[in-house]
Amino acid sequence: MLDKIKDFASDFFVTGDPLIYGADVAIVLTMAAVVFVLSYFKKWGWLWREWLTTVDHKKIGIMYIIAALLMLFRGGVDALLMRTQLVMPEMDFLKPEHYNEIFTTHGVIMILFMAMPLMFGLFNIAVPLQIGARDVAFPFLNSLSFWLFFMGAMLFNLSFVIGGSPNAGWLAYPPLSEKMFNPGVGQDFYIWGIQISGIGSLMTGINFIVTILKMRAPGMKLMKMPMFTWSVLASSLTIILAFPILTVTLALLFIDRFLGAHFFTLDAGGNPMMYINLIWMWGHPEVYIVILPAFGIFSEIVSTFSKKKLFGYKSMVFALMSISVVSFFTWAHHFFTMGSGANVNAFFAVSTMIIAIPTGVKVFNWILTMYKGKISFKTPMLWTMGFIPCFVVGGMTGVLLSVAPADFQFHNSYFLIAHFHQVLIGGVAFGYFAGLYYWWPKMFGFSLNEKLGKWAFWLWNIGFYVCFMPQYLLGLMGMTRRYSSYSWDTGWFELNLVSTIGGFLMGIGFLFQVWQILHSIKFMQKDTTGDPWDGRTLEWSIPSPAPEYNFATEPRVSAMDDWWEKKQKLASGGAPEPKPALEPIHMPKNSGIPIIKATFWFIAGFGFVFDWMWMAIPGLIGVAACMLAHSFNYDTDYYIPVDEIKRTEAAAGRGV
Amino acid sequence: MAQHPTGHSHDAHAHGDSHESHGSLKSYVIGFVLSLVLTIIPLVAVLNDMVEGTAARVLLLVTAVLQFVVQLFFFMHLREEKKPRWNLMALILGLVIVLTIVIGSIWIMTYNKVA
Repeated sequence: MLDKIKDFASDFFVTGDPLIYGADVAIVLTMAAVVFVLSYFKKWGWLWREWLTTVDHKKIGIMYIIAALLMLFRGGVDALLMRTQLVMPEMDFLKPEHYNEIFTTHGVIMILFMAMPLMFGLFNIAVPLQIGARDVAFPFLNSLSFWLFFMGAMLFNLSFVIGGSPNAGWLAYPPLSEKMFNPGVGQDFYIWGIQISGIGSLMTGINFIVTILKMRAPGMKLMKMPMFTWSVLASSLTIILAFPILTVTLALLFIDRFLGAHFFTLDAGGNPMMYINLIWMWGHPEVYIVILPAFGIFSEIVSTFSKKKLFGYKSMVFALMSISVVSFFTWAHHFFTMGSGANVNAFFAVSTMIIAIPTGVKVFNWILTMYKGKISFKTPMLWTMGFIPCFVVGGMTGVLLSVAPADFQFHNSYFLIAHFHQVLIGGVAFGYFAGLYYWWPKMFGFSLNEKLGKWAFWLWNIGFYVCFMPQYLLGLMGMTRRYSSYSWDTGWFELNLVSTIGGFLMGIGFLFQVWQILHSIKFMQKDTTGDPWDGRTLEWSIPSPAPEYNFATEPRVSAMDDWWEKKQKLASGGAPEPKPALEPIHMPKNSGIPIIKATFWFIAGFGFVFDWMWMAIPGLIGVAACMLAHSFNYDTDYYIPVDEIKRTEAAAGRGV
Repeated sequence: MAQHPTGHSHDAHAHGDSHESHGSLKSYVIGFVLSLVLTIIPLVAVLNDMVEGTAARVLLLVTAVLQFVVQLFFFMHLREEKKPRWNLMALILGLVIVLTIVIGSIWIMTYNKVA
């Protein structure tokens, strides 16, 4: 009996690596600490009522951001482990199998469990406030989306200590990801982690499209919307068209693995290339899904900190929307070397070059917005200005890669690695950091320390170039991606050393950001105005942090940058607009069903991973029961009485 | 919403006062019967070997597309939408993407030299 348990445990838990034992201890200690703190301060009830069951878009946004920053830490540690392994030839730090797992989890986590939730967090924080709404269109669904993402991410991360991590690369290309070559449970963790959080992503996309189309304040025509809201619309549109492709592709892979089908196997009529074709139909739009909101953030910041109206509003909208559509016509540039012939490659090369044009339009718009503006170099603006040159270079190397014949040289080399890190760090990460710094006072009611923020920015910005510029050269010198080791006679040592130094500079930049947040919490500088940046859009017209109901009275919009126009009118001696009378506010009620339902999904997913039907089936039954329970729940809303609104507004220093 | 005297806030959209009519019992029954018939036709035809090869494929595709149209008109209420017709626009964009996926995949995989 004891032997049996021992056998099972040595299979079930990941064993044999001191790094993982260290992580085991750290995880257990952290969990114990969290449980202890919550119990000691009697905070379990508070946590459940105020956070875990909330349907408030602002709180859900904050939870997305916390989860994303934790994932950024894990993905970042993965990156630094890889850079340490590659710092010199013939390093003996990570075993090749371990290296495979680390580059796989680094990619998946950074894109799906860091960039996506950080993006959804900013959607949630900013969009309803920017359009003058009290919440998103479907608050319950919003909470469910978050918990599905969270449980999916946890399921994926669990593979680290239980069962073993996936190791077939971030897109799990078959045949390597098929049962024949990958009999462990790692790939199943990959499939189910992504599937469960993917349902959440799809629902968020739907939720924000409806919110933006249906819930704008009276007077806010589509062409008067803030640019960030436009970018969210473009991104959500891409989400609802692209994510189903991912779901289907991974479902087919799962059927191959679980039921022994032959969609992507090498034998019995399967074709692994079909998987690559399908997954990039999601994968390419996906990179635009994450970059478009960053473009929106930069547009807001550039115009706020230059004190000027955004240059070329209409061309910006056109560029956003055309990118979101054209992004569906470029996918084959990820596999030019597959050998589909000149016609196919020529078509996709040209479509890839075309998509660079709207992006170029945006860059000119941002620069011309700054031209003759009164620019103030606050941290959000610094990230924006760091982004522009970085993204231009990243975009240019992208166009180099899009030249199909040349791509046969660049394909899967470090040149490609440097390119996509340049657009994803220089574009997406810088963009979301900028957005985080920009909306931070609105989220929490206090400002972040500027001095530490500048240190963090410069460390990230310099670290980025030191890390990735050498990788372009390494790529041209023939170093291909996913090497876990190289020999002395390759001549790659010096550049790899420099690259690793850059990686650690970015790591120190991250530590500065953590320090900055802790420092700002300790020496709190309250934002009493609600408008710390002298902003232009509606979210700056309300107190910081925004009250539960966002707007005491429904705002009336008459112009683009409405809040700015109103402030200008007041400053030039115009009479303040009469305040409409307060009315009770209709609000959605909290619900525990989302977190419970997502937990059942987690249980079902875990059961499928280990092929334990006794666990998977009850999990799915639980999911169905939660759906049923919610269908018969009619007690979903309530009204905030006028007295309470008056009290809240007075406490925030606003007379009504 | 309506039960509250002052309730006019915009989140009403999420609940109901702007909804179009949701069809009658008659239209639901017609839709249901049509979709049943369109499911039975290919099933019976293929199981009983009444059609084979290309003819079977064409029959399957035609009934599938008709099924899709029935769903849109009888259950998704595509005709009853007010302007601006977001659902119609989304449908057209969705169809463009679906066609891209299908035709694009066939095109790419036909010339695939590896498999």
